[in-house]
Amino acid sequence: MFAVGLIAVLVSLVLAMARAIMGPTMFDRVLAANSTATLAVLSLSLLGFVTGRPDFLDIAILYTLLNLVGTIAVLKYFHPGEN
Amino acid sequence: MELFIDILSWLSIIIGGVFCIIGMIGLIRLPDLFTRLHGSSVTDTLGAGFLIFGMALQSGLSLTTAKLIIIFGLILLTSPVATHALAQAALHAGIKPKLTVDKTGGHIAGEE
Repeated sequence: MFAVGLIAVLVSLVLAMARAIMGPTMFDRVLAANSTATLAVLSLSLLGFVTGRPDFLDIAILYTLLNLVGTIAVLKYFHPGEN
Repeated sequence: MELFIDILSWLSIIIGGVFCIIGMIGLIRLPDLFTRLHGSSVTDTLGAGFLIFGMALQSGLSLTTAKLIIIFGLILLTSPVATHALAQAALHAGIKPKLTVDKTGGHIAGEE
């Protein structure tokens, strides 16, 4: 059952990466990177359950926090006028 | 009881996966940055919520469930903050939302 969820999350990851490659402005790419990180957290948790060792959850907690820090850091150092 | 929990867990994981895919299809197909934020938030709330609920049902009352609840709480806390900062930075940079009828009267918040 976890493999089904993992496949769905991987399909969504492909779509998010497509938006990150296509995105016309920088903000679309930041948004796609944010969604990619959330999906990566979900796929890490599901992968832990698929392999029967839910130890990956610690890494997932860490990655959730890194996601926020990364997004805010990119937006903090953005200067208006450079799309 | 075991069968009931299994069925509920299957349902939650399938619904969560479907919501993840729906949100990312929205990220691809919607016309504008500010509408794409909606698609991203579908994945962050409903997709993550149902998937984590399904995993928590399978692991029962244990440390794993506590970690899953911590992950969901962190996603719920950090995702709106990042989305709000992104929308405000985009408005500040001069990206205007696409409107069929201009109801703002020429004013958009964030514009000086």
